Order: sequence, then C-alpha cells, then structure tokens
Amino acid sequence: MMKYESQAVAKPYFIAAIALFVGQVLFGLILATQYLIGDFLFPEIPFNVARMVHTNLLIIWLLFGFMGASYFLVPEESERELYSPKLAIILFWTFLIASVLTVLGYLLVPYSGLAAMTGNDIWPTMGREFLEQPTITKIGIVIVVLGFIFNIGMTVLSGRKTVISIVLLTGLVGLAVFFLFAFYNPVNLVLDKFFWWWVIHLWVEGVWELILGAILAFVLIKVTGVDREVIEKWLYVIIAMALISGVIGTGHHYFFIGTPEYWLWLGSIFSALEPIPFFMMTLFAFNMVSRRRRDHPNKAAVLWALGTAVLAFVGAGVWGFMHTLAPVNYYTHGSQITAAHGHLAFFGAYALIVMTIISYAMPIIRGQVAGSETTQRWEKWAFWLMASSMVTITLALTGAGVLQVWLQRMAEEPMSFMATQDSIAFFYWLRLAAGIVFTMGLFVYVASFFVGQKEPPRSITTE
Amino acid sequence: MSERFTKSMARNIYLGGGVFSLLLFFSLSYHTLGVLPERDNRHNITPEVALGKKVWEDNNCVGCHTILGEGAYFAPELGNVYTRFGNSTEAIIGFIESRPAEGVPGRRSMPQFNLTREELVGIAEFLKWTSEIDTNNWPPNIEG
Ligand code: HEC
Ligand code: HEM
Ligand code: HEM
Ligand SMILES: [Fe+2]
Repeated sequence: MMKYESQAVAKPYFIAAIALFVGQVLFGLILATQYLIGDFLFPEIPFNVARMVHTNLLIIWLLFGFMGASYFLVPEESERELYSPKLAIILFWTFLIASVLTVLGYLLVPYSGLAAMTGNDIWPTMGREFLEQPTITKIGIVIVVLGFIFNIGMTVLSGRKTVISIVLLTGLVGLAVFFLFAFYNPVNLVLDKFFWWWVIHLWVEGVWELILGAILAFVLIKVTGVDREVIEKWLYVIIAMALISGVIGTGHHYFFIGTPEYWLWLGSIFSALEPIPFFMMTLFAFNMVSRRRRDHPNKAAVLWALGTAVLAFVGAGVWGFMHTLAPVNYYTHGSQITAAHGHLAFFGAYALIVMTIISYAMPIIRGQVAGSETTQRWEKWAFWLMASSMVTITLALTGAGVLQVWLQRMAEEPMSFMATQDSIAFFYWLRLAAGIVFTMGLFVYVASFFVGQKEPPRSITTE
Repeated sequence: MSERFTKSMARNIYLGGGVFSLLLFFSLSYHTLGVLPERDNRHNITPEVALGKKVWEDNNCVGCHTILGEGAYFAPELGNVYTRFGNSTEAIIGFIESRPAEGVPGRRSMPQFNLTREELVGIAEFLKWTSEIDTNNWPPNIEG
C-alpha cells in the first residue's frame, strides 16, 4: 500500500515514540504521587530525577515522532525513495541507545556524579530545565539531527518540491539551529536564561509550529482529498502568523528575569497574537474536513487531526493567553498555572500531531488503507480517554494555580510556599486520578495496534 | 479563503513577515545585551558566585525549585530566598547542610547533597547575587 518502500523506515521510529511515551507517563504518575506523599520513593528517585525523566522522554519521543513523520511523508511528497534508508536505520539505533543510556544515567547515578563522569566541568551545559542531558548526549543529538536533516534534505531537494516538504524542512533546520543555543551556558544567570528561551520558546512557539503545520496539512490532503493549492495557501498563512507573533512573542519570558522593561510591552502585545495561528489551524482542519472530496476509511486519523487542531488551540492559545499579559504573569509566573498550560499545550499540539500521523501512516506501512473497524474503535476510545483526562489535569492544575496565586502572592497575609501547597492538595489528588485515567487511555492506545488484526480493513466507502 | 488572495501572496507574507520578525528580534536582543549590565548586577559575579552556579547546575536544583520563576514548581522559589532568610548566607548554608539523608517523613523532601564548605558558600553567594538582579519587582512578595 505504501507508494515508496523506504517509507517503512518510519515504523521503528513510531514504535520507539510510543514506547517512550509510555515511560514518560509512568514517571508522570510518580511525580503526581510525590506531590502528595512528599517522601514517596525518596531518596531513591527524588522528584527532580523523576521530572527529568518525564520531560526528557517527552522531548525525545516527540523527536522520534517528527523523524518518523518526515521519513513517511517526504518520499511521498518528493515522489522518490528516501535518499538513504540505511542511514535512517543507523541513526534510529544511535538515537535510541543514546536516549536509553541517558535516562538510565539519570536513574542510576546521582546527577552530580553523572555530571562529573560526562565531563560537565569541561563544557558545562547540564542542570538547566529540559536541557539536563550530559553534554556528550547533546552532541549526540546534534549529530543524529544533522544526519537526519541531511537525509531528508537530499530527498526533498532532488525530488518534487512541495510547499509541505519545504516548510517541514525549514522547521527541522530551525529545530537544529536553535538547539545549538543549548551549548551556550554563560556564568551570568540572566544571559543564560535569555538564550535558554531561544531553544525552548523558539522551538514550541516558532519552528515546531512549521513542523506541526506541515504534518497536519499532509494528513488533511490525504484524508480529505481537498485541492493541494487550497491547503498550501492555508499552511502559508498559518506559519506566517506563527512567526510574526511568536518570534517577538519570546518577550513573554523576558518580563521578570532581569531583562529591560520594554519587554513587558513587546512580550505582552506580540504574544497576545500567538493564539491566532492556532485558531487558524482549527478553522483550517474543520474547513477541510467539511469540504472533503472523499470519505477516507481511516476515520480515526480524522479524529486525531481534528483533536490536534482543537486542543492545540485550547492548550497553547487559550491557556497561553490566560497568563501571557505582563500584569497577569506578574502573579502567575512559575505557578501551577504554568504547569497547566504546559501540559495541555504540549499534549494538544505536539503529542497529538504525532499520534495523528501515526494513525494515518501505521496501517499503510502495515499494508492496509486503514485499520479495521475494531482497531479504529480502540483508537477512538484512546483518544477520548486521553483527551478528556488531559483536560481534567489541566483544569485541576488551573484550580491549584489560582488558589496558589491567591494564597501565596495576593493575600494580605501571604502564606508560605509549603503551607500553600498543603492547602491545595485536593487539586493534586484530582490530577493524580486523572493521570491514572490518562495512563489507561494510553494503554488502550497501545492495544489498538494489536486488536482486530484479522478483520478485513475498512475500505473506501464513497469516492 | 477567498480566491483573490493567492498562494503566492500568502507565501510572501510568510517569507517577508518571518524574516522581518527575526531581524527585529535579533536587533532587540542586541540592544538588550547592551543594557543588561545596568540590571543584571554582573559586577558582583565573584568566583564564589560562578562556583555556586556550577554547583546549582551539577545538582539539578532547578528540578524541584524555581529560580526567578523558572524551573519546577515542587519546592520554594529561590530567587529571593536570600531576603526570605533575613539576608543571611549562613542561614541558607545551614538549611542545605541540615537536610536529613532519608528525607522528612510524609513531607516533600530535599536531598542531602554532602556539599563541601566551599560549595556551600558558592551556592549561598550565587543565591545572594541572584536576589540582587533587577527583576521589575518580581516576585510580588517575600514568599516568592
Ligand atoms: C528533590 C527536590 C529538591 C532538590 C533537588 C533541591 N531541593 Fe531545595 N528544597 C526542596 C524542598 C521540598 C524544600 C522545602 C523543604 C521544607 O520546607 O521542608 C526545599 C527548600 C530549600 C531551601 C529553603 C527555601 C525556603 O524558602 O524555605 C533552600 C535554600 C534550598 N531548598 C536550596 C536548594 C539547593 C541549593 C539545591 C541544589 C543544590 C536544592 N535546594 C535542591 C526540594 C529540593
Ligand atoms: C504548542 C505551543 C506551546 C507549548 C508546547 C507551550 C509550552 C509551555 C511550557 C512547557 C511552558 C513552561 C516553561 C517553563 O518550564 O518555564 C510555557 C510557558 C509559557 N507559555 Fe507556553 N506553550 C505554547 C504556546 C504558548 C502560547 C501560544 C502562549 C501565549 C499566548 C504561551 C504563553 C506562555 C507563557 C506566558 C509562559 C510563561 C509562564 C510563566 O511565566 O511561568 N505559550 N509554555
Ligand atoms: C499521567 C499523566 C501525567 C502526570 C500525572 C504528569 C505530571 C507532571 C508533574 C507532576 C510535573 C512536574 C510539575 C512541577 O514541576 O512541579 C510534570 C511536568 C511536565 N509534564 Fe507532565 N504529567 C503527565 C503527562 C504529561 C503529558 C502527556 C505531557 C505532554 C504531552 C506532559 C508534559 C509535561 C511538561 C511539558 C512538564 C514541564 C512543565 C513545566 O515546566 O511547566 N506531561 N508533569
Ligand atoms: Fe513562550
């Protein structure tokens, strides 16, 4: 069923992504428990260690997902085989082994020991949020990503060039370029933070949006059959708005870290525009689906795509806007509100787009147009379980955040951090409960790849 | 989207808008780097402060704490802990030194890092220096 044989190299990438996703979420459950039972697993797995594993696995599985997505869609867009399937497989194992070793390092060696072992004295880059990896792992990531971009780039540039493949490639190059700032770690904390955001913000609210837009556009073309011209025009407008709002929107992180006051204005105004591209993505997805020219048998993929569009807008757009104006952020900065937004945005935009392309591509790689009736039913269950429990997690953390801000930062007689945490424990119980449901949803998702394999695949109903 | 708005118009907005935004952002950043010395208190970055930042990173303190509002939300904000602890570096050192290795039963616990005296002084000086950065008056109060 695949148009090009080399598209199949996406399969191990997708499998690894899902496996690491499971690991991420199990560590999320540990974290949520430690929020309530402070010494749970202490001192064997302190909170900071579980958190590193949770967030780093997130970044790694999303990267596996983006790579798998690229290997699947670029040959089809370029109308040629992948430049080097062999390189893709070598890089897969390199990346997987490096990732697993790094996570084992976090779990088995005290962090300061890991820093010493891996030469953090020579070139200190560790110990910063999301960038906790040893410097050698970071170098490994750069090598893998460059090899990957070379492979994709050679395929794109020597084949049919489409807007989707060029936008995807631009996003991937941007991802690599901005990651280089992870290697710059000056002694001055303010400078350190200033450029740290060039990795974190310019990724999720910059170049990753190009990747997101390209994958979404690809899947929508396939499942709706709408004219490429129309889809590409939308894609351009969405990524234009993403960059115009999001690049200077970086300023919403320059309010209170020592940077000058004009960022209070610039950051507030530009980041207030950042919901626009996400809103347009929602309009785009629903519009294309309602104008569809074919009824693709993969209904689950359509659900994932629409879910991505909606929850990216809610998580990034609405929950982002909620705390992005400087006078609000003054109170909410670094509170549970941030965690609420971080969860729904990452899940809605990036976790879901990876599951969207997997839903579309996996059956094809396995030789069918779409999963069977049963497979798709399980996928839909998984979607609703995960989406609704992630929304519940977000609401719980928002409740916790509002109270935290009120008790600790706005009250006449402010409470201490630790006392505040005790008095909002109810919301953390709610988060833990929703986290358990989320995990069940994820297991249903994993199961969807194994059920209904003997049934005939759903076929095309109308043309 | 309307027919009169063509794909090449959309592409031009993307390219023009994207490049313009990046250039403007780089210029603003350049300006910020120029005025930062007036705000970031860098003349007080002593070798102790530098060591302190290294100890901070080597022990992943940011995996539980926020510092100037960034990090993890499990344990108190430390950007202003120097003021919260009565402008005393010794109080900070005393706190870190006295963490029980097995944690505090039932309570969120901080590890015992077994830091040397030099490292402890470094961390405390680093946190003191951080508390003197001009952060536009953040955090709103002493509790962080
Ligand atoms: C595993 C999580 C964790 C890590 C890692 C951690 N801490 Fe803590 N820290 C805590 C907790 C929890 C508290 C609150 C303890 C209490 O009130 O009983 C705390 C409190 C503090 C306080 C007192 C704050 C106050 O306002 O009462 C200081 C100072 C401090 N930590 C410094 C550090 C430094 C420096 C590091 C890195 C070397 C570090 N912490 C690493 C969890 C952690
Ligand atoms: C998919 C896109 C997005 C993702 C994945 C995302 C993710 C995150 C994460 C993880 C953080 C916490 C960073 C930290 O640890 O310090 C954060 C912070 C923040 N985000 Fe987003 N975000 C997205 C889009 C947006 C948008 C569109 C807005 C504004 C409209 C926004 C506004 C903010 C603000 C203001 C903060 C700082 C919170 C604070 O002061 O503590 N985000 N985001
Ligand atoms: C079982 C479900 C989950 C639970 C219980 C959970 C719990 C947690 C906890 C307790 C933290 C640490 C917050 C802190 O620093 O105090 C955290 C951080 C984080 N988690 Fe999760 N998580 C879950 C699933 C997910 C998923 C599915 C995603 C993304 C797709 C995600 C993304 C993140 C991010 C981005 C952070 C860092 C947030 C920030 O810095 O603001 N988590 N999670
Ligand atoms: Fe941001």
